Amino acid sequence: MRVVRISDDALALACGADAVAAAFVAAGCTVERVSSWGMHWLEPLVEIDGIGYGPATPADVASILDGSSTKSIDLIAEHPFIASQQRLTFARAGRTRALSLDDYIATGGWTGFHRARAMAPDQVVAEVLASGLRGRGGAGFPAGIKWKTVADAPGDRKYIVCNADEGDSGTFADRMLMEGDPFQLIEGMAIAAYAVGAGQGYIYVRSEYPHAITKLRAAIDLAADFIAPFRLEVRVGAGAYVCGEETSLLNSIEGKRGEVRAKPPLPALKGLFGCPTVVNNVLTLAAIPHILTEGGASLYDSLGLDRSKGTMPIQLAGNIRHGGLYETAFGITLHALIHEVGGGTASGRPVKAVQVGGPLGAYIHPDRFDLPFAYEAYAGADALIGHGGVTVFDDTADMGRMARFAMEFCAAESCGKCTPCRIGSTRGVELIDRIRAGGRASADSVESLPQMHNARKAGRSRAEELQLLEDLCDVMQSGSLCALGGFTPYPVMSALRHWPEDFGT
Amino acid sequence: MWEHRAMSDTRDLVRLIAAHAGMEGALLPILHDVQHAFGCVDGEAEAEIAKALNLSRAEVHGVVSFYHDFTPQADPRPRVELCRAEACKARGVEAMVPAAEKAAGSQVQLKTVYCLGLCSAGPNARVGDTLHARLDEAALVALIEGAR
Repeated sequence: MRVVRISDDALALACGADAVAAAFVAAGCTVERVSSWGMHWLEPLVEIDGIGYGPATPADVASILDGSSTKSIDLIAEHPFIASQQRLTFARAGRTRALSLDDYIATGGWTGFHRARAMAPDQVVAEVLASGLRGRGGAGFPAGIKWKTVADAPGDRKYIVCNADEGDSGTFADRMLMEGDPFQLIEGMAIAAYAVGAGQGYIYVRSEYPHAITKLRAAIDLAADFIAPFRLEVRVGAGAYVCGEETSLLNSIEGKRGEVRAKPPLPALKGLFGCPTVVNNVLTLAAIPHILTEGGASLYDSLGLDRSKGTMPIQLAGNIRHGGLYETAFGITLHALIHEVGGGTASGRPVKAVQVGGPLGAYIHPDRFDLPFAYEAYAGADALIGHGGVTVFDDTADMGRMARFAMEFCAAESCGKCTPCRIGSTRGVELIDRIRAGGRASADSVESLPQMHNARKAGRSRAEELQLLEDLCDVMQSGSLCALGGFTPYPVMSALRHWPEDFGT
Repeated sequence: MWEHRAMSDTRDLVRLIAAHAGMEGALLPILHDVQHAFGCVDGEAEAEIAKALNLSRAEVHGVVSFYHDFTPQADPRPRVELCRAEACKARGVEAMVPAAEKAAGSQVQLKTVYCLGLCSAGPNARVGDTLHARLDEAALVALIEGAR
């Protein structure tokens, strides 16, 4: 009986993997449902004896089995997309069954955890510090420093919270990890709990990820004995993008409106229910088991560029031919990512812009595609790498419309706590509309009211409206409580700077 | 999908709430269960939940109205969620919206979501817990018509 391996990742399912699997079963094969390799343009990808075939449909089953299929990509592990990666966090991707503890243990699962438990908790924190691991959620704060703060904080009750509210468009690494290798995340959280002395952990997953929620809950049940006395629970978000911000996420778990809290106090000192709390992203916690294996921390520290250490799971999304998950050491250029790895646009048209870091990331012009993928390099170019999402746009994209959408998105998702974000985003939409219409001839009905003493009574030229947009962005950037209002100016101003022709004349 | 029941069936509501007794931060899990069972979280449910959790009705209402997933009234029509975030825009979802709206008409709720996490294979949509990727206009229209 031939063993056929097909992913049950949400993306493979959305592309019809279940029908393909059923067709192989009907043909008398044994089908193993494994995690996804991350070569999304080939999903559903069928693997038989290491050879891949994709994208497969039920009609391809006969030709795949008799060897005449034209959809073969040869050995998957030697495919350039896979062979050129350096996978640490995603080492098991495509190779194991998500909910098989046997597969997990056979591929080195729990070794980091056992080693950590044999060490003193402060030594574990020291190794994470030495690895140079920085938070993968977007801010890039050193994980070891956060852990040390929680470990040193007084209190009997401490929490580990995993931020799995992956709301950024163009990102899916958290989802792939939770669906494909949930035990690795659980192990990372258990190590964190041991290091800082926490008894309870929560994984806050967005409701848009039903498959990840199901897999995680099943995995937690299976792993409960391994991680005891540490207890872990999944909490489901409710469609609010802003809950990816750590303090609003904590409010949401507590059963409150997902409004952002002012910092200080830091969540590390007063977090969930007022107790010291580690809040880390999925990818940060999933990197921990590797770091805690023998020599893992120094390997991690040896990879990357400057202060961006280790590997980053980069997500190639949008209008790209070979989209998917590409984990590599920091330092790779956008040119290499998009043209060499990604094969250019899916539409075959020229690349116009790339948004790195989700809806709050800057649009990067092809002139800057030599920028190395690293926290400081991007910050220096008024951009951010965020959660590592790279969304490609071809030359049909209207950047003025995308800038307007950034403001519109901020208005729709603002938690309403601070004024620059709540009001500024709505005013931003109106401003961009006016700029694209070429300014306006007279004051509007509100400005004309007698009580609006300071409002301008004449119209505004397009140049004046542009100046106003810059001022508004400046206020949002420095006056907002969190990154939603604070970073929305990145896509807006980068679009305006590089593609002024898309804003009308 | 959920089964629509009269809100006056408070015993079900009380049982749903009681299932979370003693849980830390039980409000969101309760709201999810109520939304799932009744298709909405209405004023009566808010009052019952407030009583059980020793909160004010205003506090519960504030939470219900904050999150997109909770609705004050049940809508028995089938729902199709279409992603219109950046990555799906880059793959041409906006051009498909007029045809999708026409296909939905008044029989299907066509909702916009921001990201289903399938960003390398858009445009994407969700019906219940089933995801659909690589949609073109014809496939999206067929999906919406099939949901009716």
